[in-house]
Amino acid sequence: MLKAALSSIANSDIRIMIVIELNGESRSVEKDHSVHDLINALSLTNQALAIAVNREVVPRAQWAAYRFSDGDKVDVVRAIGGG
Amino acid sequence: MNDSQHTGLTIAGKTYGSRLLVGSGKYKDLEQTRLATEASGADIITVAIRRVNIGQDPNAPSLLDAVPPSRYTILPNTAGCYNAKDAVYTLQLARELLNGHTLVKLEVLGDEKTLFPNMPETLKAAETLVKDGFDVMVYCSDDPIQAKMLEEIGCCAVMPLASLIGSGMGILNPWNLSLIIDQAKVPVLVDAGVGTASDAAIAMELGCDGVLMNTAIAGAQDPIRMARAMKLAVEAGREAFLSGRIPRKFAASPSSPMAGRIA
Repeated sequence: MLKAALSSIANSDIRIMIVIELNGESRSVEKDHSVHDLINALSLTNQALAIAVNREVVPRAQWAAYRFSDGDKVDVVRAIGGG
Repeated sequence: MNDSQHTGLTIAGKTYGSRLLVGSGKYKDLEQTRLATEASGADIITVAIRRVNIGQDPNAPSLLDAVPPSRYTILPNTAGCYNAKDAVYTLQLARELLNGHTLVKLEVLGDEKTLFPNMPETLKAAETLVKDGFDVMVYCSDDPIQAKMLEEIGCCAVMPLASLIGSGMGILNPWNLSLIIDQAKVPVLVDAGVGTASDAAIAMELGCDGVLMNTAIAGAQDPIRMARAMKLAVEAGREAFLSGRIPRKFAASPSSPMAGRIA
């Protein structure tokens, strides 16, 4: 029983979560998740967006490779009506 | 300035057919935005950059569906920024959002009551942005000295206010605008304060290269009709400017010949 449980823990995807600040609010994300994964998780794929981490723009070409660190401050922005 | 022989407005090396620039804020919905923008005949449309509302329906139509970048030149602004740092950051995000697009509208505000430009911060932001390769159209006070400074920094258009943003008070200091127009080697656009069509015409008659407005159209009872009125006013004002108006004089002068009168 215990062995099975341990093995299940060992084999299962133990997710290490980190906390980022997304548009001013706390959000847990998996440690290995990329910017791209976050955008997918938010169902914002293929939308006209820009993203910055700690006020540095992350170009779209780097979304797949860019990994978050605990405490990152992330801004996801779009264009809205304005004068 | 005053490339008076050309009909188009050239900004940062690109020529636009319309001298009316419009904002996309304050409309009832995106359909009204789309129709009013279309009726205005404008080529350049300002937009604001804001955080995505996380959790909101991601499939809801977006502004860029109503005013597609394939048809319009999108001019991201820094409305709501009160210091140079935030303004620069906003436009760096905008450039990424719009796939490397460099034409931007810089506005750094002084306070919420007047929305008057904070000129020291505006100058600071303009310098950073120009060095970073942006083409900066800049909202500024109607002060010819500051306008000159912005031009020397390398801004591609200076855009003094005619009166407070959203006030609809019209052209309050035509003399200052004339001073700026006379000295400028880049386009001068009135940005802010227009209330109705005659205000836009007056700005153009003074020799402005263009007019940028939002509230005067979006806040009208019939925004789509007002958009058309503004289009006509800007065209009429420009034509009048190029025609060379008659001088003002105190004496009357009859329009009909005196010779051959019956009386």
